[in-house]
Amino acid sequence: MGKLIRFLPLILVLALGVVLYRGLSLNPQDMPSALVGQTMPNFSLQTLNNSEELVTQTDLLGDIVLVNVWATWCPTCKYEHPYLVDVAKDPQVKLYGLNYKDDREAAQKWLKHYEDPYVFSIFDEEGTLGLNLGVYGAPETFVIDHHGIIRKRFAGAIDTRVWRREFEPLIAQLIEEKKQGK
Amino acid sequence: MRLISFIIVTFTLLFGANKAFSSPVETFEFRDEVTKIRFQALSKELRCPKCQNQNLADSNSPIAQDLRKELYELLQQGKADSEIVNFMVSRYGEFVLYRPRVSALTYVLWFGPVVLILLGIIVVIVVVRRKPVDKKNLVLSTEQQDKLKDFLNNK
Repeated sequence: MGKLIRFLPLILVLALGVVLYRGLSLNPQDMPSALVGQTMPNFSLQTLNNSEELVTQTDLLGDIVLVNVWATWCPTCKYEHPYLVDVAKDPQVKLYGLNYKDDREAAQKWLKHYEDPYVFSIFDEEGTLGLNLGVYGAPETFVIDHHGIIRKRFAGAIDTRVWRREFEPLIAQLIEEKKQGK
Repeated sequence: MRLISFIIVTFTLLFGANKAFSSPVETFEFRDEVTKIRFQALSKELRCPKCQNQNLADSNSPIAQDLRKELYELLQQGKADSEIVNFMVSRYGEFVLYRPRVSALTYVLWFGPVVLILLGIIVVIVVVRRKPVDKKNLVLSTEQQDKLKDFLNNK
């Protein structure tokens, strides 16, 4: 017992070291969204390409949906763009854009220049839908299931590695759920 | 004397300028003084989700500006503080509160320090009250006394 107590400080320091070392590899931006498990908030906004066309949350229903928050002022969005073009080729998910606090003309130009991966982009100039979704920057990507429930929110750029780690398992699970008619 | 006034001027310029650049300047018209004070209090209580170590009042990031605007509008609509806090939490999560609410998730945060202090107090009490080593054992036996005398005398 006495000997054990002598080693107690060493053990405590080692334990602290393990905890702090683990902290080094955690991503502080990785916060759980308050909206996971809830339905997509209601909205009625124009699409980016057509100011006459209003879209609402019901337009996203029925499929496994990715909503990607993007803007031309966001350099990381440019980085992830080619990966989104790849993702859009997958017939099992539908990729929608949420053009967040952007300039319509610049955004349209961007999509012409870099290829448009989105079924359509919601034009959220004021950031109202963004606010209701708890968006605090771009890029962010939400996964919404076929019932319209938000299943995941990811802040940061998507690339092949992130896609494999963060999205592929969930989407496989959602496809399975959809097949079973859940 | 000159040096002192120079130093004072330099510091005033430094910190004065610093202040002008660092705190966000916005003009909100409040309907009364109470609303203004509530705005200031809430923007100090709410954390900026992007810049995680700053509150809404401190931060200059676009999201903090938006949230300040939202906060202002909610106040102008006559929403209660608790409604506003719920509004923010339902969108940005518990994280947005600098003083998180007491829940199973935050028990460690709220009660951890108290538990640690109590543990410390207990340890101190135990150590202090532990019986001192028996004093009789500290007294030298006659044999040891003789040895000691020998040593001293030989010196």
